[in-house]
Amino acid sequence: MMRVLPWVYLAAAFVFIYLPVATLVLFSFQDGQLPVPPFNGPSLRWYADVLGDSRLTAALINSVLVAFGASLTAVTLGFLAAYGLARHVMPGSALIRALLIAPLTVSYLIVGLGLLIVLTQMGFGLSLMTAGIGHVVINLPLAFAIIYAAMGAQQQNAERAARDLGANERQVIWLVTVPMLAPAIGAAFFLSMTFSWDEFIISFLLTRFDVTLPVEIWSMLRSGLSPRLNAIGSLVFLVSIAVVLTLELLFFRKRRS
Amino acid sequence: MSTKGQHAQGWGFVAPALLWTFAFFIVPFIVMGAMSLATLDGRTLIWGLSFQNYAELAEKRFLWRAILVSLEITLTVTVVSVVLAYPLAWIIAFNVPKRWQRLALLLAILPFWTSYVVRSYAWLLVLARDGVVNQTLINLGLIAEPLTLANTRFATVTGFVHFFVMLLTLTIYANLVQLSPNYRRAAQDLGASAFQTFRHVILPLTLPGIVTGAFLTFVLCIGDYVTPQILGGNTELTVPQVIMVQLGRRADFPLAAALAIVLMGIVTVAYLASARWLRLDRL
Repeated sequence: MMRVLPWVYLAAAFVFIYLPVATLVLFSFQDGQLPVPPFNGPSLRWYADVLGDSRLTAALINSVLVAFGASLTAVTLGFLAAYGLARHVMPGSALIRALLIAPLTVSYLIVGLGLLIVLTQMGFGLSLMTAGIGHVVINLPLAFAIIYAAMGAQQQNAERAARDLGANERQVIWLVTVPMLAPAIGAAFFLSMTFSWDEFIISFLLTRFDVTLPVEIWSMLRSGLSPRLNAIGSLVFLVSIAVVLTLELLFFRKRRS
Repeated sequence: MSTKGQHAQGWGFVAPALLWTFAFFIVPFIVMGAMSLATLDGRTLIWGLSFQNYAELAEKRFLWRAILVSLEITLTVTVVSVVLAYPLAWIIAFNVPKRWQRLALLLAILPFWTSYVVRSYAWLLVLARDGVVNQTLINLGLIAEPLTLANTRFATVTGFVHFFVMLLTLTIYANLVQLSPNYRRAAQDLGASAFQTFRHVILPLTLPGIVTGAFLTFVLCIGDYVTPQILGGNTELTVPQVIMVQLGRRADFPLAAALAIVLMGIVTVAYLASARWLRLDRL
């Protein structure tokens, strides 16, 4: 009894963890109007429906654009700040680090609300750009922290050697520091991409006419349960898994070996 | 190179990120604080130093009810998640063979890479009146009529617990595998029973992991809008839901800002209460 109990608990936990996603994917193949038992199918009609929906594909492209732009900006700013703080002796560097990390401690809703208040007070129109600005705010601390943690003495020696051989600051950064830190920079970029891709509340508050995919899904939710939502959800799941597995294979595996 | 030149160069690198954080985080934050002290006269905003919005939080029932509901849900979720996650982390750390542990953790995280809007929707499917859970219970003959599971506090808590069990399993697991097996052996050599070993040796040593995970759960749970909005129905609202109502229908930014400040106040209190055991740098 005591020997099987842990395994029963483990199995029950995994059933609980996988129940929603399994239901979601199974009923995305439903041949009918409602994604509830009994299961009829499999049918691919909802996938055809979703892929043929121009609003959804537009939202998907918007999501990729925002995620890409925000991640590129966050990683660039994060890298420069990490380089500055790691390589130059600066007064108040502990305070600067704390300030750069600060947005991590505040809920996304509050970050979005603050930006919304400022933008509307300034009469600034809401767009994908404003959502992107919000995404940079939440991704910058992460990008900075990941890249800063990866900066060690080993790169510093190579940088010094390059400088002695006559490289200027720009050459040192592009030809020595960035290539040596490529795994951390890549990890920061992809992590930032997945966060931005999945982010809802900031996009919801800071976009108006052009929206990102999670916001579009949100507005579809109002019409209740539908296998269409299952099909979109399953596709989003598939994309996220693909990105995560790429990340795992490209960056984390290398670091361990 | 002079030290002064060094400083100037360092600032050049740090400035863009610092300016961004300042312009789009610090400034909005200060403006939000000022906004919480402003008032609304009809549709016109009057800046000032009024504490009217905060006074309203105490006076109006739907406002202080929301704070209470948020606290109740968050505390329930935190306690239930810790209680469910600890055995799971324990089993993965001590019962699952070493080389399968990483796979077990990876499998536990995998479903959470769906969009979190979709994840809440998926729970709605599971808990619906004619959904999987009700159908299974009816087919097993355990109930005659479907139970109302969706659009209740139970659904909100279930959706939250689902996510936070995963998160807490990770933080507690990380803590458990760091423990040297010598502690357990020493306790047992000295005659402690399995329970005594757990109660007096393992539990105190894993407390930082538990508290860190519980604090994260508390912070993320109390600030979330999506899960209660999709799963909870409209019988009771949490603070984030009330904030969104103020923004949408009534465009009452001052009250929304005051609620956001209260939310941050609650998080600060939670931080101070758990600061002794928190190990945020170890995450």
